[in-house]
Amino acid sequence: MDEAKTDGFKPNIVAIVCNWCTYIAADTAGVARMKYSPYVRIVRVMCSGRVDPQMVLWAFRHGADGVLICGCHPGDCHYKEGNYKAYRRYILLKRMVKQMGIDERRLRLEWISAGEAPRVKEVFNSFAEEIRSLGPLKLPVEAGSHE
Amino acid sequence: MSEGKPKIALYWCASCGGCEEAVVDLAEDLLKIAEKVDIVFWPVAIDAKKEDLEKLRDGEILVSFINGAIRLSEHEEMVKLLRRKSKLIVAYGSCSYMGGILSLANLYPREEILRYVAMEAPTVENPGETMFKEKTMINGVELELPRFLEKARPLDEIVEVDYYIPGCPPTPQVTLKAIETLLSGNLPPRGSVIGASDKSLCNECPLNSTKPEKLLVKKYKRLTHAEIDPEKCLLAQGIPCLGPVTRGGCNALCIKAGMPCTGCFGPLDGVVDYGGKAVSYLASILDVPPEKDAVLKALEGLPDPVGYLYKYSLAKSLLFRKRAER
Repeated sequence: MDEAKTDGFKPNIVAIVCNWCTYIAADTAGVARMKYSPYVRIVRVMCSGRVDPQMVLWAFRHGADGVLICGCHPGDCHYKEGNYKAYRRYILLKRMVKQMGIDERRLRLEWISAGEAPRVKEVFNSFAEEIRSLGPLKLPVEAGSHE
Repeated sequence: MSEGKPKIALYWCASCGGCEEAVVDLAEDLLKIAEKVDIVFWPVAIDAKKEDLEKLRDGEILVSFINGAIRLSEHEEMVKLLRRKSKLIVAYGSCSYMGGILSLANLYPREEILRYVAMEAPTVENPGETMFKEKTMINGVELELPRFLEKARPLDEIVEVDYYIPGCPPTPQVTLKAIETLLSGNLPPRGSVIGASDKSLCNECPLNSTKPEKLLVKKYKRLTHAEIDPEKCLLAQGIPCLGPVTRGGCNALCIKAGMPCTGCFGPLDGVVDYGGKAVSYLASILDVPPEKDAVLKALEGLPDPVGYLYKYSLAKSLLFRKRAER
């Protein structure tokens, strides 16, 4: 990414990805030497249904400027319905973090299948760009200083 | 006062007084406790002043029970004094433990809260726009008010806390059990929640037997819009009851009164963020297709997720707590 364009802001982005789809796609992307944003850190979980909202809140609390959850396309979940659970949690969690003063665009969910390596690049880059334009996350706890 | 009995103190910070009421609700049991201890400081019930507290040796008090969140500079000062004078500090009740209902105010900046209370609330008439002041001169005398702090804080963000007693307010049984634990000398590990259960509320809920094998909810209902069958698991009826993620020990008082659990006993051990855990299970038991509109429609009964899921614990949430210990 063009360093001058980022104004020096290097976002921390956590991508929590499913072992059976996005992780394989990201691996393929790597083998094919596709270049994607260096600010995305991948955390592999066995299923997007494993993503506890606490993990997302934890990531935000410990320095993530954006959190991306990636799972299998609807109907393709290795465990049948883990991604559906992930989706429902995501919708409710998005509403909740918004209420807590965090821009809801900082949390995104995408379906990327094992064969969609180019989409990994596309999604990671577009999310990184969005987070970069949003700037560093300001946590609610810092919003008012406690004396 | 005899020298031999252990000394205890009780204090309130930003609280509604319900926790004090809960202590009084011990009724005859309070007399039994009073036989075993000397209550040296309890602003609600006995006439001991701050000066009396200052006269005590450091660590002379065995246990101080402190309820309420920390919202004023006065609270901060008093709990620091009590910490110095006490061997053990117990956070008593949800406000002291997790920030409580009044920590929902942490969603708003301090100035906005003060302006609303002083000028904008519908019940206020303040044409001169008089604002709260920490120092006021009246007839040549300077009067002082404590400072309203930026945020409401749980007790353990101000001083070290040894034990927590949950509840809004803690029930007499929980209080009694906790006091017995403390006086027994057989103390649990520091930082434990005492007096309550270490299993979820569902475990002791009388409606647990009516819970279906697989809980599926088509749509959450708002309490105000629902007809509740008090004999059937509330979650199965679509009422967002927080029992599954809430610590038990209250004997399901709210459920017995036909109301869902709202989570005043706080999270179970091992949970780092109560609201996050609540989001997790409330969303996972929804039985709707994975489409945005369908999910949002099913969640219409939860119009205020923060207010509902962090009702007692916003100040302790991952995004609002001051210390993010691992």
